Amino acid sequence: MIKVENLHKSFGKVKAVRGVSFEARDGEITGLLGPNGAGKTTTLRMLYSLLPPDEGEIRIDGLDPTKDAMAIKRTLGVVPDSRGLYTRMTARENIQYYGQLHGMPDKDIKQRIDKLVETLNMSGFIDRRTEGFSQGQRVKVAIARAVVHQPQTVLMDEPSNGLDVMSTRALRAYIRGLKENGQSVVLSTHIMQEVAALCDRIVIIAEGKVAADGTAEELMARSGRDSIEDAFVALIGTEEGLLA
Amino acid sequence: MRGIKVVLFKEVKENLRDRKAVFNSLLLAPILFPILFVGLAWFGTSKQMERAEKVLEVPVVGAEHAPNLVGYLEQQGMVVQAAPEDPEGMVRRQETPVIIRIPDTFPQQWRDGKPAEVEVIADPSRRESEIPMRRVQGLLHAYGQQIGVLRLQMRGISPHLASPILIRDVDLSTPKSRGLLVMIFLPYVLMITTFSGGMHLAIDSTAGEKERRSLEPLLINPVPRWQIMVGKLLATTLFGMASLTLTLLAFRFALPYMPTGSLGIDLNLGAREVGGVLLVVAPVAVLASAMLTMLATYAKSFREAQSYMGLVILIPMIPSILFMANPVKPESWMMPIPLFSQNLLIGEFVRGESVPMDWLLYSIGGTLSIGLILACFAATLFNRPRVVFSGS
Repeated sequence: MIKVENLHKSFGKVKAVRGVSFEARDGEITGLLGPNGAGKTTTLRMLYSLLPPDEGEIRIDGLDPTKDAMAIKRTLGVVPDSRGLYTRMTARENIQYYGQLHGMPDKDIKQRIDKLVETLNMSGFIDRRTEGFSQGQRVKVAIARAVVHQPQTVLMDEPSNGLDVMSTRALRAYIRGLKENGQSVVLSTHIMQEVAALCDRIVIIAEGKVAADGTAEELMARSGRDSIEDAFVALIGTEEGLLA
Repeated sequence: MRGIKVVLFKEVKENLRDRKAVFNSLLLAPILFPILFVGLAWFGTSKQMERAEKVLEVPVVGAEHAPNLVGYLEQQGMVVQAAPEDPEGMVRRQETPVIIRIPDTFPQQWRDGKPAEVEVIADPSRRESEIPMRRVQGLLHAYGQQIGVLRLQMRGISPHLASPILIRDVDLSTPKSRGLLVMIFLPYVLMITTFSGGMHLAIDSTAGEKERRSLEPLLINPVPRWQIMVGKLLATTLFGMASLTLTLLAFRFALPYMPTGSLGIDLNLGAREVGGVLLVVAPVAVLASAMLTMLATYAKSFREAQSYMGLVILIPMIPSILFMANPVKPESWMMPIPLFSQNLLIGEFVRGESVPMDWLLYSIGGTLSIGLILACFAATLFNRPRVVFSGS
């Protein structure tokens, strides 16, 4: 459960985020939709306590990332926009490293990896060094290491970036699985189809502010359009930076 | 503390798998430097011997003016060659290192009992002509001496009157301290390997993380950032120490092959010396690790970091160069100065001198505290958003 109130963040003169508020409930997938440069990544970085907000309040399961960063990091699973792997280590060792950093006992890590290999379908490459992995394989490893500690809340920054159709389908199936587990998922994207296909609630962000917020139906009703795509374009005010 | 250990193990394991990096940072120096050392020493001494023992072949111009002198030279084993057309040109063209010219004034001056001129034509700025030139001068000098003594004796004067002073050298240098001339490079090589051993890991674990875009996800783990940085610093320190130890051991086993006996030099790196040098240089590994990691963390990419490293490697050279230009006597106040004190102390160890305990403590304490201060600063670097996000 995430609650965000009136977030602001500037880098020098650039106001990246100026007043973002939304809520992401457990058992729901919340999509942050917006064109490139709208402030989605900055908003997520404040959620996972990598950046302190200039103004505003964040509560994740009641915790404040500016005050209790370590506790927040234990409850969150994050797949950031950077998802580099260590290429001289196998996929398994990459995931193990994160498990150890979370302080998990080796036995638990092993069990958890076995489970993830199954759900993310990684058995073909789990013990190979990650040098030369395809985009899809890399994203799977990045997701697996992010959720090795079974976080209640999962944040993903543009998770399907660069994935082919098969990998995208597998990724969506996995995200739906998280939702069915009762976990809270927040993902950012600039792909309209992705939110339409996946998200229960949609937060449209443009120029660092929330332009609209609600279910797909609510958004269509509010904009007076009968297709989701038209509704997005109408609410954001431009087609620029969005992908169908 | 758990985070430190996890990061340290992972960095060491990952970097040991990079064969090229391991070879470059851990094995290249221990193999290359001793071979270079011993090889150069062999080459130097054998060349010197060769020149000193080779038959002297010297063209003599005007041999007919001093047949007795020429006879003496031949008796001493010199091969007298025919006079060339253009003696100066021949020397200048390096066709022969040295030529003797006996001017036609020689017989007259000789008969008058005046110093008779003999010219030795050579170019002493060419190092290879130095030895033959000195040998020729030596022969001429000996002949002059011999004749001088005879002349005085014929006039009933003791030849001792002509040499009022007799100089005798009393050499107090031990065989080991003479070896120091050859060993002046050892401190320098050991410092460099301590720095170069950790260099690749320092870059890979900081700028490398940024370049492969794995730093941001790493920092999202519930481990304080300073712990992550300390793990990386320790891994770099370990690699620096490993490189130092391997180089030192390589020297220990290579030194007996140095052709020092022929020069009257006795070099020795026994277990005691090796232990002492390790103890003294180990704090440098901490200092090096902090400096290298700090610079590499500021860099946006592997390449940028590498370009800084060229400059860092100059730092351990500064004291060595200073001491080569101006050797100083070790004193207490110099001991807390990093790099300087190690240079002095390695010298003392290798000369076989006993090193005062307080010097050791000052040196280790001084270097370690500066290293730790820098390391503490480096440990905070990941707290700066600008450092974390630069390059992404």
